[in-house]
Amino acid sequence: MDFSVFFQPAFSGGGIYLDWVFSGIKWTLAVSIFAWIIAFSVGSALGMLRTTPLMILRAPAAAYVELFRNVPLLVQMFVWYFVLPEILPRAAGDWLKTQMPMPEVSNAILCLGFYTASRVAEQVRSGIQSIPRGQTDAALAMGLTLPQAYRHVLLPMAYRIVIPPLTSEFLTIFKNSSVALTIGVLELTAQARQISEYTYRTFEVFTVATVVYVLITLTVTVVMQRVEQKLRVPGYIGSAGK
Amino acid sequence: MTRVSRYFLALLVGCAIAVPAAAQDTLKKIKDTGVVKIGHRDASIPLSYLNDKQQPVGYGVDICMRIVDAIKAELKMPKLKVEFVPVTSQTRIPILTGGNIDIECGSTTNSMERQKQVAFAPTYFMTGTKIIVKKSSGIKSYDNLKGKTVVFTSGTTNERAMKAYSDEKKLGINFIPSKDHAESFLAVETGRAVAFPMDDVLLYGLRANAKKPSDYDVIGPFLSDDPYGIMMRKDDPHFKKVVDNAVIALYKSGEINKIYHKWFESPIPPKGINLHMPMSDGLKALIKNPSDRGVEACGRMKC
Repeated sequence: MDFSVFFQPAFSGGGIYLDWVFSGIKWTLAVSIFAWIIAFSVGSALGMLRTTPLMILRAPAAAYVELFRNVPLLVQMFVWYFVLPEILPRAAGDWLKTQMPMPEVSNAILCLGFYTASRVAEQVRSGIQSIPRGQTDAALAMGLTLPQAYRHVLLPMAYRIVIPPLTSEFLTIFKNSSVALTIGVLELTAQARQISEYTYRTFEVFTVATVVYVLITLTVTVVMQRVEQKLRVPGYIGSAGK
Repeated sequence: MTRVSRYFLALLVGCAIAVPAAAQDTLKKIKDTGVVKIGHRDASIPLSYLNDKQQPVGYGVDICMRIVDAIKAELKMPKLKVEFVPVTSQTRIPILTGGNIDIECGSTTNSMERQKQVAFAPTYFMTGTKIIVKKSSGIKSYDNLKGKTVVFTSGTTNERAMKAYSDEKKLGINFIPSKDHAESFLAVETGRAVAFPMDDVLLYGLRANAKKPSDYDVIGPFLSDDPYGIMMRKDDPHFKKVVDNAVIALYKSGEINKIYHKWFESPIPPKGINLHMPMSDGLKALIKNPSDRGVEACGRMKC
């Protein structure tokens, strides 16, 4: 083990190999966080739609979830990057390929975001459906409209219930972001592979990459535990087994 | 123990277990298992690629099959099995040193830097880095690439040659990595990148198999020298001798000319295209005087 490799001058672009690691971390964080924003908002909307009494809203949301969670992430990445621009009209396709800012990164964010949204949707749905039906009925009986019942009665409880599984999804998105390397995003794993290709110090490089991933996910875990504690409703959830 | 320190303990244990494999006796391994494992590529046309039946074929694969014959004779095991394992530019060296293949018959440049990790049989082909572009892109020389997007196959000498050129001439090229030659070419075909730097022979091979070969131009001059060698594990002189002798025997008997003719001057699968590439003077000289010398760090035979 010789970690001095990170302080050797890099083959290209000036700087040292450690700079490549930091650049990789930057893209891993950027892809994951932006993808999570998409996943959380789209997933929440879909999860709610899947629990409404209206068939016309439930069906398309269910179709979305089944489509996006049943196709492998890698395949989706290729579809977004290689297939979509070819089936769109010529001008739109060319825009996606060359004019779009950072085509690889943008594609990776969209792909990862919409894929994870299908999983978040299921978590949110299970959260809402775990609330006794009587609460919805009571809310509606008190004169709340259906959107108001979601906003003030169902969702505040549902989100609290699903914080632990959502934390898992959030951790997974950081790890899944490494799939973006297949379409050319130089995130952490891609940079690690590149450095090991140039220096042949595979063990050192991947050890550092592993430690970085663990640090990122541990940080998220700790933050989410705090969030969970802060939002806990005393006497309702989160105390069983303690 | 806190959660954090438990993680690090697991990590340390993992590192301690993962000690790199020591030098092995390849002949003994082949004898014990009864199998020779050959690494091949999927799109290094016409050296090592998959034909329409998804079988590995090519100039390099043919030469490797002669090496297998020599191993059979050496071990007196005529029924030795051959197992083909697909490798990429990025995986070839770890897979070889890890022991999952015994020789690599692909399109690997013999470089002095790689010789720190692996050994090479005498050079069996000479080529160098050029770029392939779409004619419609208007790229006529390397300097036209300024500020453009260029795709490269990760882990190739061509990647280094192109990056070094871009740095030296301050072209500010935007590089995107890709995992194999087929995918890199796809990026040029679909317009994601304007150029793909690769060994010129492979570029001609990719062009010949493109949907419309006349759409593409291969542009030089050579950015690097790329002598190809069959790769094997380092520090295994007994095995290297068997492999080297098999290659040199092909050169001495003149059989190499037949194999060359079959892949470079005749129609080849899958589309029956003839590359029309007569043997270069550089390769002729190497066949007369076989050598396993690699390129220097600058990408040239002599810096």
